[in-house]
Amino acid sequence: MLHPITTTHYLVLSAALLLIGTLGVLLRRNAVVIMMSIELILNAVNINLIAFSEHLKTLNGQVFAIFVITVAVAEAAVGLGILIALFRNKETVLIDEIDILKW
Amino acid sequence: MLDTVLFYSFALLTLVGAILTVSLRNAVHCAIALITSLAGVAGLFLLQKAEFLFAVQIVLYIGGITVLFLFVIMLVNLDQTAKQARYQRHWLVPLLAVIGTGGLFVGFLTRGRDTLALPAPGVAEAGGNIERLSDLLFHEYLVPFEVASLLLLVAIVGSVVMAKKRAD
Repeated sequence: MLHPITTTHYLVLSAALLLIGTLGVLLRRNAVVIMMSIELILNAVNINLIAFSEHLKTLNGQVFAIFVITVAVAEAAVGLGILIALFRNKETVLIDEIDILKW
Repeated sequence: MLDTVLFYSFALLTLVGAILTVSLRNAVHCAIALITSLAGVAGLFLLQKAEFLFAVQIVLYIGGITVLFLFVIMLVNLDQTAKQARYQRHWLVPLLAVIGTGGLFVGFLTRGRDTLALPAPGVAEAGGNIERLSDLLFHEYLVPFEVASLLLLVAIVGSVVMAKKRAD
């Protein structure tokens, strides 16, 4: 088709995915969808790490990506636990209805 | 040729899934869109010869995290949430900020394209992906590996404590 696929293509894709995930974190009201957007951001980072790992022909990037996935799993579990606890107390998951600390 | 077609199809899958994740009204639809996006990312990993991470992405992310999300969506019963507004009241400034950041990326990358050279490509080593990865993980990266297992233990205990009902 156009040019052969270089590492730069992967980096551009990773940047685009990062921006879409950031939009999701900043714009949505539903806390579960915000957590899904955080997972998108982490996947963008993983794409970046894997692309460089393949470019430099080393495996350090892939090891880093394994740890990123591990931390993402732990963070999703704890975050969703917090969300469940919050829902049990406030009966909502919409973040602008959680305003107990507002003055 | 096949490389190009596969890259663009996986990239399209990833980006369309991501856009749908942040814009659909029903949270279950967002979770399904997240699954397709993660599947596209797994395909990209396979294209970059990261076979172990391709498998881990599918099993852990799609088979673990998104299933967890679907369970939580079921528990918090988001039916009437789907009828309310999706986006926050102040949506313009974050949208402009992200578009501005994207424009900054494009701007400084095209302007500095000559100076931003990628490092020289390395030399490929012999051996399969999993063998070399496990060598690295259990020799050089043993301490982070053990710390990661400790982190998972803490996460398990923490999430159980957070989610269980108090014994009132």
